[in-house]
Amino acid sequence: MDTKTLKKYFNEMYADNGAVRGIYERYGNWLKDLPDGTLERRNAEAELLFRRLGITFAVYGEDAGEAERLIPFDIVPRIFGASEWQRLELGLKQRVRALNAFLHDIYHDQEIIKAGIITEQQVLNNAQYRPEMKGVNLPNQVYAHIAGIDLVRIAENDFYVLEDNLRTPSGVSYMLENRKTMMRLFPELFVKHAVEPVEHYPQMLLNTLREAAPPNVAYPVIVVMTPGSYNSAYFEHAYLASQMGVELVEGQDLFVHQQKVYMHTTEGPQQVHVIYRRVDDDFIDPRVFRPDSTLGVPGLMEAYCSGNVALANGVGTGVADDKSTYLFVPEMIRFYLGEAPILSNVPTWRLSESEDLSYVLAHLPELVVKEVQGSGGYGMLVGPTSSKAEIEAYRLRILAEPAKFIAQPTLALSSCPTLVESGVAPRHVDLRPFVLSGKDVRIVPGGLTRVALTEGSLVVNSSQGGGTKDTWVLED
Amino acid sequence: MLSRTAENLFWMARHIERAENTARVLDVAHRTSLLPLDIEGTQAYLWYAPLNITGCADSYEVKYGLARADAVSHYMALDPDNPTSIYNCLKLARENARTVRGAITTEMWEVINDTWLELNRLPKQMDYENFRDFFDWVKNRSHLFRGVTLGTIIKDIGLSFIKLGTFLERADNTARILDVKYHILLPSLDHIGGAADYYQWGSLLKSVSAFEAYQKTYRDVISPQRVSELLIFRDDMPRSLHACMDEVESALIAINGHSGKEARRLAGEQHAALHFGLTQDAFSDGLHEFLTDFLKNTALLSREIREAYLSRQETALIRQLTT
Repeated sequence: MDTKTLKKYFNEMYADNGAVRGIYERYGNWLKDLPDGTLERRNAEAELLFRRLGITFAVYGEDAGEAERLIPFDIVPRIFGASEWQRLELGLKQRVRALNAFLHDIYHDQEIIKAGIITEQQVLNNAQYRPEMKGVNLPNQVYAHIAGIDLVRIAENDFYVLEDNLRTPSGVSYMLENRKTMMRLFPELFVKHAVEPVEHYPQMLLNTLREAAPPNVAYPVIVVMTPGSYNSAYFEHAYLASQMGVELVEGQDLFVHQQKVYMHTTEGPQQVHVIYRRVDDDFIDPRVFRPDSTLGVPGLMEAYCSGNVALANGVGTGVADDKSTYLFVPEMIRFYLGEAPILSNVPTWRLSESEDLSYVLAHLPELVVKEVQGSGGYGMLVGPTSSKAEIEAYRLRILAEPAKFIAQPTLALSSCPTLVESGVAPRHVDLRPFVLSGKDVRIVPGGLTRVALTEGSLVVNSSQGGGTKDTWVLED
Repeated sequence: MLSRTAENLFWMARHIERAENTARVLDVAHRTSLLPLDIEGTQAYLWYAPLNITGCADSYEVKYGLARADAVSHYMALDPDNPTSIYNCLKLARENARTVRGAITTEMWEVINDTWLELNRLPKQMDYENFRDFFDWVKNRSHLFRGVTLGTIIKDIGLSFIKLGTFLERADNTARILDVKYHILLPSLDHIGGAADYYQWGSLLKSVSAFEAYQKTYRDVISPQRVSELLIFRDDMPRSLHACMDEVESALIAINGHSGKEARRLAGEQHAALHFGLTQDAFSDGLHEFLTDFLKNTALLSREIREAYLSRQETALIRQLTT
């Protein structure tokens, strides 16, 4: 990738000569004929819809004011063509299969270390490696049942994987709510376009969880486990539980007796077979991990390791979505699947390597530097948009502990038309598709498109002021 | 249903009902205080009644000393330090509702949430006029919540736990009001039909919205036996002990868990005593004793319900697993 060609970013709707690209043709015609002010009016309607939802789900504080942290919703859809998507889908499935194979391997025979592809230190010294999982056999050898893979686009056919999220990836409820809202606001667009549906995601998730159940359980009891109503993703936890028709539990609702997990119900104790947990490894069992955790269930790990209950995602997946392990995913694909990787990684410098370090220190103003363990867009340096002072302060942080950082070129994320105050204007986007692994690997067409609402900004994280869009995959 | 969900629904309903009952008791005290004082003796005497009914007399005395109109009203209505104040009841109702947001309807949540938000916009100190409006507002919010609940929620086990909370609290409250005022119900031959009795019994009836029901039912002067009959034994009077136990028993039958046998037995026993009991027996055995027994049994029933359905004590559950 040549950094010079990145200066000009790829606009997904308009070609460089201003013509509307084929995939957006019908949408473009519709937009052109739309009477002035219609988009703004529908946008106000959308805001009202979301505010109502927000009022009902996202009330955190004591006062009405601080209550809602709505993630802004943009009413211009992002569109993919069938063949574009097909390639992405194959690439995503391939990647997640390899990641699960890697997780199984490092908790069993560690062939990949023996083959010299990745060092023992890189795996075993990783804080997210859980020795408790060694030799534990999971149904279908699946560890990451739900994976959120963040993709960015640089050019027509140039997609990169930015990050694998294999712990408790969130955002799928926005994907579903966005579609519902779009169908309500623009029914006429759905008549004009054959948009692949996503509404069956909860059903697909339920099937995936069912397949994760311990073998020999004919009718597994499945629950969603949340840290509680004060968690920022609580809405999603409650939403998915109700969409799947399963109980939403907290740690205090569960207990372990003779290595089996039960929930307290008005009918007495009921055994639980699959827990879709949205609680991090560190907090799930105070007897094994953090002893001060009140969110977990004492004895849960023992029940899990004896195979009486399934956890989704499995314990110890964090070692595979770490930014320093990310580098090795293309190698994993070749090693475990014997295939050439369909999706590329972003070129990455590891600052633990002295050669990489000296290159990066010499080119800080043009690079993005991230903490290996960081997430959510916190604690990163975006060279081109940072001041000299910020860069120098960051340089000191790197020099103190180089191994804690990786660096990547500043990617020219593609842009999509987005409704902002001045009208419809291009804004940078990424994409998080959700990949489900059970007996097969499945995926609903599309995912969650995140958009940086500030002009020129490349940071799409909702914690940093990003919004979301409905993502359409058109049928052929 | 998860025990935690059932527990939250139970307490959500119970706290709303308690807020309403406290507003009723205070409202009547306010009205009575407008009457010439010799009817109930001193002002302090009058204002101890609401404290005794809600069981917060001791904690009040620690903070304020003698019972005074303004202090008692504030303490029972708005004081965040009083765990049973209307303020805290509405706060706890909302907290319970929020954690079971998925088990109640959007409309129910909006009523509870709006109530709490509105409460926080009200003045922190109120005078006599404010309080009268406030009590009406609390009663109206409670009526609204009940109406919205019955009009929107699916009739499943969740509604049964809401009913349990509502009617156990209401039965408890009616029994306490009667018990605190029982001395005025003791027949005294000198005063039957006198003006003083009319006001005293009248205020008691009004506190449970039974004044009009009394007149419709008996079309006669107010007598202590009839007041007791109306509020204890009649099943057509919505706040009577009998009507409340009707609801409690049918909610327990609807829940029908295998762990709740003892709760159902206790409720059935209590219901039968009210169904077949006679007013004259209650009087001859002593009204105070009768009501004390009722309150004791209701507490016992509440404990059984908690252990059978709401508790998350592992030991109790493991016992169930092994039997």
